[in-house]
Amino acid sequence: MADLALTGVTERPSRWRLASARGGARLWLGAALVAVLLLIAIFAPLLAPHDPVEQDLMSAQLPPAWMTGGEWAHPLGTDSLGRCVLSRLIFAARTAVEVAAIAASLAAAIGIAFGLLAGSFGGWIDQGVSRLIDVWMAFPPVLLSIVLAAVIGAGLTSVVAAIVVVDWTRFARVVRAETLSQLQRDYAAAARVLGLTRGQILRFEILPNLVPLIVTLIAVEMGIAVLVEVILSFVGISVAGDTPTWGGMIVEGRQIVYQAPWIMALPIVSVIATVIGFNLLGDGLRAALDPVHRQ
Amino acid sequence: MRWGEIIRRVLLIPPTLAGVGLIVFVLLRVVPGDPIAMMIPPGASAADIARLRALYGLDQPILQQFVVWSGQVLTGDFGRSISLHQRVFELVLARLPATLELALLGTVIAVLLGTVVALIGAYLRGRRAEWAIDGGVGLLLAIPDFLWALILLLLLGVILPVLPISGRIDPQLDIAFGTNFYLIESLLTGRLDVAAALLQHMILPALALALPFAALVARLLKAQLAEAEDQDYAQVARARGFSRPAILLRDVLPNALIPTVALGGVQITLLLGGTVLVERIFSYEGIGNMAIDAVINRDFPLIQGLILTFAVLFIALNLAVDLLVTLLDPRLRHG
Repeated sequence: MADLALTGVTERPSRWRLASARGGARLWLGAALVAVLLLIAIFAPLLAPHDPVEQDLMSAQLPPAWMTGGEWAHPLGTDSLGRCVLSRLIFAARTAVEVAAIAASLAAAIGIAFGLLAGSFGGWIDQGVSRLIDVWMAFPPVLLSIVLAAVIGAGLTSVVAAIVVVDWTRFARVVRAETLSQLQRDYAAAARVLGLTRGQILRFEILPNLVPLIVTLIAVEMGIAVLVEVILSFVGISVAGDTPTWGGMIVEGRQIVYQAPWIMALPIVSVIATVIGFNLLGDGLRAALDPVHRQ
Repeated sequence: MRWGEIIRRVLLIPPTLAGVGLIVFVLLRVVPGDPIAMMIPPGASAADIARLRALYGLDQPILQQFVVWSGQVLTGDFGRSISLHQRVFELVLARLPATLELALLGTVIAVLLGTVVALIGAYLRGRRAEWAIDGGVGLLLAIPDFLWALILLLLLGVILPVLPISGRIDPQLDIAFGTNFYLIESLLTGRLDVAAALLQHMILPALALALPFAALVARLLKAQLAEAEDQDYAQVARARGFSRPAILLRDVLPNALIPTVALGGVQITLLLGGTVLVERIFSYEGIGNMAIDAVINRDFPLIQGLILTFAVLFIALNLAVDLLVTLLDPRLRHG
């Protein structure tokens, strides 16, 4: 017997360190952007210099503080009703995180349920779910969400519902395909031989292997949710009333873009940073968590 | 795709449209907003409201309304718009050319830009600069068309005001057109000054529609170019002493185009769907902008007509792309 050389073996680096190395710069940049967003959302009342709905018509459309006519009481200026732009941006981040977190988890829950169902039962159930997804995908998504939100009426619920109803298919398609392929593997067959029920196999064997995929999809979906809120604002059916949202601020800013371009520019920058943050995080997570590359 | 498959797809069009029509019809009828409430003057009597309701058929059961509406649609009658008091068919027909011209211009820009970027990226394969191209393409893809519209509006319309940011043509220019295809008509009749004035208004919205699609074209085509360049025929051409740019353009590009059209062609529907918001942002008078007004006004007949129009365009585009691939690829023609 050849002597297996074990002398050169060194301590294996931790799985976390390996994962973060695979995720690379994308993962860290994305995570940093999302972390900043979350911190702003959580500590909004502490960070905002003013009440975001407080109007002061005497100081309306003030430019940012460093421009001529600006004042440091309103660092990023005021809108046409004299509300503090910085405070509204900060509280809008809170609305954005709320919408994104709720909508993405609901879309994920529904999509995963349908995907597991179709992928594991096969037969007419799979046929039915697959056809349903096909019909769904044939609708133009922008129009579908606009019509839906119009049906439900303005409000947070409406925005969340529009995102969930339009985008559950993104999760269902991927989870179905991945469930099908995981069930072909030897470990699933072994679990069947051991006498585990279908529910147990899905719960203990398949689902844990889908986690990386689902986490990635959720990150990307949260970015999409922020975009859908902007879309719905253009139709006047986003979050109602005084509640500050980035989409609402962009639409208000478009009306007075020549007089006060910063009112529209600042929420656009916020939306872009958020969307790129979630996209990079999703990309980085996919690379970091991909079970194929895992040693 | 074989011809049999294409015939099957054509036969599937009527049931798909009927399905889209039914879903939209039922969805709209459970809307809480009441179109009649938005058009009556304050102080109208209950009898007046009931009469208006009956006039637009809104007092009938939903299914009966759908049957009546479908029958009318089959004879080319899409009903009357509640907010604009005109026939839906004529309203849509008058606005459709504006949207088609915008989408066409966007597609042309996207294909040209995407092809150039893909060729440069393929030429720089393996060098440091390739990384920059891939990163730029990724950024273009991550930001959707309506955000590009807002960015372009701010940069080139407001901060550096070089281009107009609203409408289809300067309202001060009182120009008569024979058709509603303003751009195509002015180009065909040789009125280049008019075409230039139109393009000034169209270039920003068209560019906003084009940027994400151009990024998609660039990413797909660059991958196909790389694959094609590794084939024997390209290696042989290289060995015979042809320069890389010459091989990329003459030998590799034609072979990379077919799979790119097959993979990315269908995404043109995304560009078309993007017109809804981009037209809104630039106050461009097309059917997308009209659709948003129709939803805000709860104008049922107009919404139904517009969504059916979009559905027909989507299906037609999908079919056109499949036909194009079949025609381009000799292997599929005789399938």
